[in-house]
Amino acid sequence: MAFLHRHRWITPYLLLLPGLAFLAVFFLVPTYYLANTSLQSGDLFSGYVFSWAWDNYSDAVTTYKAQFLRSLEYAGLATVIAFLISYPLAYWIAFRGGRWKNLLLLFIIAPFFVTYLIRTIAWKTILGDEGFVVQTLQSLHVVGSDGRLLATSTAVVAGITYNYLPFMALPLYVSLEQIDERLIEAAQDLYASKAKAFFRVTLPLSLPGVFAGTLLTFIPAAGDFINAQLLGTPRQSMIGNVIQSKFKVIADYPEAAALSFILMAGILVAILAYTRVIGSERLTG
Amino acid sequence: MTDPRFNDPVTRRQLLRRAAAGGAVLSLPSILAACGGGEGIEGAANTQTSGTTSVKQVLADTLVFANWPVYIDVKKKKHPTLDKFTAQTGVNVKYIEEVNDNEEWFGKFQAQLAQGDDIGRDLTVLTDWMAARMIRLGYVEKKDKSAIPNEKNLTPALQHPAWDPNREYSLPWQSGMTGIGYNPKFTGGPITSIEQLFTDPKLKGKVTCLTEMPDTMGLIMQANGDDPTKVESDAFDRAIEMLQSAVDSGQIRRFTGNDYLEDFPAGSTWAAMTWSGDVAQLQTDTPGLKWVIPDDGGMIWNDNMLIPLGGDVFTASTYMNFVYDPAIAAEIEAWVNYICPVVGAQEEIKKIDPALAKNPQIFPDEATLSKVKLFDAEAADNTDYKEKFQAVIGA
Repeated sequence: MAFLHRHRWITPYLLLLPGLAFLAVFFLVPTYYLANTSLQSGDLFSGYVFSWAWDNYSDAVTTYKAQFLRSLEYAGLATVIAFLISYPLAYWIAFRGGRWKNLLLLFIIAPFFVTYLIRTIAWKTILGDEGFVVQTLQSLHVVGSDGRLLATSTAVVAGITYNYLPFMALPLYVSLEQIDERLIEAAQDLYASKAKAFFRVTLPLSLPGVFAGTLLTFIPAAGDFINAQLLGTPRQSMIGNVIQSKFKVIADYPEAAALSFILMAGILVAILAYTRVIGSERLTG
Repeated sequence: MTDPRFNDPVTRRQLLRRAAAGGAVLSLPSILAACGGGEGIEGAANTQTSGTTSVKQVLADTLVFANWPVYIDVKKKKHPTLDKFTAQTGVNVKYIEEVNDNEEWFGKFQAQLAQGDDIGRDLTVLTDWMAARMIRLGYVEKKDKSAIPNEKNLTPALQHPAWDPNREYSLPWQSGMTGIGYNPKFTGGPITSIEQLFTDPKLKGKVTCLTEMPDTMGLIMQANGDDPTKVESDAFDRAIEMLQSAVDSGQIRRFTGNDYLEDFPAGSTWAAMTWSGDVAQLQTDTPGLKWVIPDDGGMIWNDNMLIPLGGDVFTASTYMNFVYDPAIAAEIEAWVNYICPVVGAQEEIKKIDPALAKNPQIFPDEATLSKVKLFDAEAADNTDYKEKFQAVIGA
């Protein structure tokens, strides 16, 4: 203890140690192996050898550009839709939920008690072409008589939105819940309209939640392949489907690793751009 | 395990129903629960030591057997044929249902096998092309033929595959056929050819094909008049083109594994490439469903028992001999309902259920067998072909 007392500066680093060790073991080491694999060449039978094979990257980009763009598009759309649904929801629970708050939050989390895959498969039955939902929509002429909900881009985006909604709603709720309602009252006392008070006070104060929610939704959504596989057709395939098939079916580990790196880089660039727009000082300050 | 539904003996059909209801992939735990895993057998541990002959040929205490889910007889959470094996030999069987997918299973153990490590499995079951890959990579042990006199019962058509000409490493477990399943309620009439499946405007967006490349490509190649048993790259490309245009036109809705089992009852799929062992189940879920071998020919495939590196050769071989006893084969077959590779099982199964002996999907006659072909095992594992196929199916 005396040592710690004398070298007080060391305490935060000691406290950081478990976290850093975790990052090293579960992020840096796998990332190193992935990077190494992505630069190998060869085949399954003669073995893969490290050879600075940068063409894995150029091949990956040229061959699968469409799937990369589609992944960003679907993930982006799903994030925006999830935000538009979640914000009013979280707002209402935070400010009007009263004693039902916890129960309402439980309802948001409830789908998580059932496995992701089972939930997605359940939608296939619910939205089946001859199922109740599609038949009803057809009789209401919302979809054409040969129309369907499954196996369309809409189904894939809806599936992603549905599956990641709680990741958006919960951070939003936390940041809205923390807002001191007296600040909003003060704004109104100073003759701000309700809308103005919302846009000048509530929304800016909830930005950390918006930021966390969008990232938690967008990042996994961009790498998702289950929704495209179960609710889409080959024409809706995302980059996650390609990576999965490269690793598992074709056993082309280097190209699969290169694709994963490109996806990581793509997401990182998207996030940096997003942070610039929203302004990082507003999040921390 | 306390779920009352699982206390009764169930048939493979009922299990598959549950699997489909719960989602083919994730319901595995429930299937495992229903089948009782290996515990039941261990519970029936038998310490009797067998007085087996030669010095090298000593039976191990336990046989670890890795198989596909729902692929062996089940009664009251136990596997009667495995219990019989234990009673006969004193060898306990640890039965693991862990092979859901050839590639996935291979991926799980590849690193260990490449280093020559024992993967703790004495016996596994893999499809032809993956069996060929395992042998080519030297990941399997030669079986002990002297311990398998019953190998004489292997059906002649399966005795000399190109990838293991004298069956030195492998022995078939079950076979199955790939054909077209359709629901006449929606299609209005029979769907008997791949061309009809791919071009009939009535079926637009209601057709699914299989993610298993040999099945889908084999059927298309035959429709083009090409030979899937010896794949030429021109013929393969022709088939890819045909498949691509059916995807582009929106005729093909999806590519599936067993999950067509959900799409038929939901009315999302009207006609699809499907496997023979699922027919009975499909007919339960989708009354009136028909299954046919396409006019231009269907596919047949085999799953093979193999001894992974480090497995106990003599014990595994003794088990192979055991299941090639027609009476035992019939007992497994009566539950599994795929095609039995053991000659004599058809006679034996009459004692269990005479109707099964007449079922052409379990005991196909010459006429049926002449209409199905085996896909070129080497082509099935060719990276170029796999890439082209994966690109069309959207991955």
